[in-house]
Amino acid sequence: MWQTILLTIELAVITTIVLLIIGTPLAWWLARSRAWWKEALATVVALPLVLPPTVLGFYLLIALGPSGPGGWIARQFGGQTLAFTFEGLVIGSVIYSMPFVVQPIRNAFEAFGDRPLEVAATLRASPLDTFFTVALPLARPGFLTGAVLGFAHTVGEFGVVLMIGGNIPGETKVLSIAIYDYVETLQWDQAHLLAGGMLIFAFIVILAMMTIEKRLGRVTP
Amino acid sequence: MSILKVLWCWRIIGVLVSGLMVGPIAFAGETIVAVATNFTEAAKEIARHFEQETNHTAALSFGSTGQIYTQITQAAPFEVFLAADQARPAKAEKQGYAVTGSRFTYAIGELVLWSKDLSLANGMEVLTANQFNKIAIANPNFAPYGAAAVQAMKTLNVYETLAPKIVQGNNIAQTYQFAVTGNAELGFVASSQLINQDQGSRWIIPTNYYDAIRQDAVLLTRGAEDEASQTFLAFLKSPTARAVIKQYGYGVSK
Repeated sequence: MWQTILLTIELAVITTIVLLIIGTPLAWWLARSRAWWKEALATVVALPLVLPPTVLGFYLLIALGPSGPGGWIARQFGGQTLAFTFEGLVIGSVIYSMPFVVQPIRNAFEAFGDRPLEVAATLRASPLDTFFTVALPLARPGFLTGAVLGFAHTVGEFGVVLMIGGNIPGETKVLSIAIYDYVETLQWDQAHLLAGGMLIFAFIVILAMMTIEKRLGRVTP
Repeated sequence: MSILKVLWCWRIIGVLVSGLMVGPIAFAGETIVAVATNFTEAAKEIARHFEQETNHTAALSFGSTGQIYTQITQAAPFEVFLAADQARPAKAEKQGYAVTGSRFTYAIGELVLWSKDLSLANGMEVLTANQFNKIAIANPNFAPYGAAAVQAMKTLNVYETLAPKIVQGNNIAQTYQFAVTGNAELGFVASSQLINQDQGSRWIIPTNYYDAIRQDAVLLTRGAEDEASQTFLAFLKSPTARAVIKQYGYGVSK
């Protein structure tokens, strides 16, 4: 059971880090660009919100498989598919949780408007300098919301993992899958234990989130 | 952007989507049948014949046997249960969810090792030679075909060596999906799934390598007084239904 819990946390941590690295420039571009197709890209990022996990899982199964790009990558390392691997789950989770991270960060970037950036520019700050010393600190609440939502959403992920994971202990068997197994095999004691734990976890995360958000909202201009 | 706003939007989307889905509602002359995934295609055809030959209709609901059983214990509206094993219908009978004495074996499943690769699944040598990356089986903890697959591998003394290469599908349909997409080179599937599949290679596992996969049907308490449900179970024993069951790669008892 601890192996499953640790694996789930590991997956959520790595996914969140990857999402912050990819999501920040993406959110910045979405917030500041004037390209006509930017809303189309924003829509693509938001798609996992409405698509059933089975659709994503189905496409991922093919994309990660021997005839997709995932199979090509796997062959470089002597495998033949990225499905059924931890790396495959990270790829799936990053796509699936992306809107939960990108959207709050983008909103935070948009919220403070052009003014602070223009002021920084008149004080001769370089664009990069402005980004790190003005934009990032101002967008802090958005980052916090995004990171927590991305983490929590990955912990709660089920459908995609079910479709591409293959239920391998220590590799792809995460909490939600373990709970499903326990329910299926009528081991309700263990199911209650894990499910109850998830419930408390979700409650604490969202409560902490809202409390911190309120506090941050007071100190940021 | 407040977190509440994000969750709120998410919530609205959820309500909109679920509003579009309406569960099966029984009316006169209709029986709601919960069917184990492996029997999906055969059940559809039997339901077609059932509708032609009687005045009743059958609404089919597919799922894994374990999942269906759990739903039955939580008052699912099913009236007939076509399981993939004997354990769950027997348990339903014992726990009072099914009518005592209504249980019988409607099909005997056949386990097949299938590969997309033409030259791979040609006998037990493929398992002993061990020249592949992944082999898919249904979850042996609750899927009978998965348990049979494990048993067959143990009979062949290859289970220990193959264990690290096993990936588990949530049910037999997903196991087949892993094999069809080539993510797993080999998969232990039900022969009923390969009815319309003329590609790839297959090895029909000798039946003495595993305990027979006897699939039982049972009349659930909800359908006890329902004419359509009783008729459906009787129809399942008819020559028409038995012919369909055989045609889909199952054995029938006696």
